[in-house]
Amino acid sequence: MSDTTTTEHEELPTRRDFIYVATGMLGVIGAASVAWPFIDQMRPDAAVLAAGQPIDVNLEAVEPGQAITVTWRGKPYFVRRLTEDEIAAADALGEGDMKEFAPIDTRLGGEEVKDWVIVSANCTHLGCVPKVVDTKPEGWYCPCHGSVFDMTGRILRGPAATNLPLPPYVFTSATNLVIGTDQA
Amino acid sequence: MSTIEHHGTYQPTTGLGKWMDARLPLPRLMYDSFVAYPVPRNLNYAYTFGGMLSIMLVLQILTGVVLAMHYNGSTAGAFTSVEHIMRDVNNGWLLRYMHANGASFFFAAVFLHIFRGMYYGSYKEPRELLWILGCIIFLLMMATAFMGYVLPWGQMSFWGATVITGFFTAFPVVGEPIQQLLLGGFAVDNPTLNRFFSLHYLLPFMIAGVVVLHVWALHVTGQTNPTGVEIKSKTDSVPFTPFATIKDAFALIVFFLFFAYFVFYMPNFLGHADNYIEANSLVTPAYIVPEWYFLPFYAILRAVTFDIGPLTSKLLGVLAMFGSIAVLFVMPWLDTSKVRSAVYRPWYKVFFWIFVVNAIFLGWLGAKPAEGIYTFLAQISTLYYFGFFLVILPLLGLIETPRRVPNSITEAVLAKSSKKNGGVTQVSGATASPDNKA
Ligand code: HEM
Ligand code: FES
Repeated sequence: MSDTTTTEHEELPTRRDFIYVATGMLGVIGAASVAWPFIDQMRPDAAVLAAGQPIDVNLEAVEPGQAITVTWRGKPYFVRRLTEDEIAAADALGEGDMKEFAPIDTRLGGEEVKDWVIVSANCTHLGCVPKVVDTKPEGWYCPCHGSVFDMTGRILRGPAATNLPLPPYVFTSATNLVIGTDQA
Repeated sequence: MSTIEHHGTYQPTTGLGKWMDARLPLPRLMYDSFVAYPVPRNLNYAYTFGGMLSIMLVLQILTGVVLAMHYNGSTAGAFTSVEHIMRDVNNGWLLRYMHANGASFFFAAVFLHIFRGMYYGSYKEPRELLWILGCIIFLLMMATAFMGYVLPWGQMSFWGATVITGFFTAFPVVGEPIQQLLLGGFAVDNPTLNRFFSLHYLLPFMIAGVVVLHVWALHVTGQTNPTGVEIKSKTDSVPFTPFATIKDAFALIVFFLFFAYFVFYMPNFLGHADNYIEANSLVTPAYIVPEWYFLPFYAILRAVTFDIGPLTSKLLGVLAMFGSIAVLFVMPWLDTSKVRSAVYRPWYKVFFWIFVVNAIFLGWLGAKPAEGIYTFLAQISTLYYFGFFLVILPLLGLIETPRRVPNSITEAVLAKSSKKNGGVTQVSGATASPDNKA
């Protein structure tokens, strides 16, 4: 212990230190790779993802003023056909009337006449299904905590902060709608 | 635990007892923990809820395990299998009603147990870890009960699960992936029900594990008592058996009388009629109301209806709700008073009782529609809830003048009994044995 070289030598990272750290790190990587399958198995599985394929919706029976609810990926979506009055009521709303503004034509879709609203039927607050109401300009009322959406699913008031989201969709004809993709 | 082993008074008498003691001294551990263990001589009935909670946990596990023998954890079969339990399985109705009402009584007991701890300052040094372990048990209980309520697959099961897992979407970026990870899909569905069943089975056993730690920590520090003064001499304590055992047993019988009344005469009083309608992802019930024991927290969630800067009301509501439980964990460090028991804290006592009334009021608000005056009242109530922990507790310790704390438990007990006998305080009798305290 009297010679200084030994002490200096001890303070330097030695080959042994390196092996300790490398072993420890390998152990951590090993533990993480064993843990991963246990967490990964909880994610949506192949069957759930396969059930998420786009769906066809036949629109023949839906008259203006009516709404239907369809299911895609286990979640409900509203398909609503507006009357001219309803479109006008929604169009009359300005930026000050809603919590998240979106121009009306970004909310509407359709082949010949843009009178369709296709939106998620899960309230953007905590996921309840809002009730269809027709007290223009209100179009939906969420019974859970009282959020109110307009005819095109834009948030007017209540605890929800964002508009009802639009799923990817495409009209393959005037009476056939595909939800789940925007490629025809 | 080793201290208990070495300083105990356990004397095995039989041959088998001696044989065991030299190999696995389990009888000694039991004897030292639940027979000879010294408890303060002045414990009142507020101290009996801990024992009740252990019994309720055992009861939930027993009824749960037999229910699981008939229950079918799939969306196709869950609802009908619960109906099958109610109609076809021998005594199935009884087991299910015991399990469903048992959860409610479990929570009733835990709330009273927590209030007891808050009143007598049980969270204070040196019992911080004991308190935190209790908070962990409370959290695990809430997770267990939430997932259990999803199992019957009624409308409230489904929509309750949708709303609660929806909390996670409040967090930006990571929220939605986390929600999908929890649900195993894009909405509450078969994978969700399956994993909830698995976890609902597992968590009670984890609770049992934490209960062991909780009781271990309790036996290291000893119990508090209404005076808040620690046990100092032999006359301050009595052995657990028979004194605490009998008191706990009597309280348990009274508790079970109420429990039996609910199970046999009003088994659905605490439930919701909507949960006897099978889950339907397309129709939301008119009002989604959680089980009564979640209502105060639900009211706090809904009280936040305003945005603060970039934080949305939804995120703030979720944070407030989680915060209302998180604040319990740090309670030992928020209270600055050196005096343990509320008995000697004239102001704390007042604020404590306001807190209790306020908590009940929040529960009432949680069952009301979230609009108009109710939202406003919930905001005031939420403010007091947090104000109690974050403002009143730290400040009160600095400005309050406590009453004189007795020197010992024995002194307090004798002063009380002599007051009853005509006001002559006779502290010199402090050496009296516990048996002639009456
Ligand atoms: C901490 C202890 C426990 C609590 C607080 C608890 C709570 C609950 C609740 C609130 C329900 C819904 C009852 C209803 O409304 O129908 C439930 C259902 C259920 N629990 Fe538990 N539980 C616990 C332990 C267990 C254990 C250990 C098992 C064992 C497998 C179990 C199995 C079940 C089953 C199969 C159901 C569905 C049948 C039914 O709804 O009655 N539980 N539980
Ligand atoms: S879920 Fe619609 S308002 Fe809360």
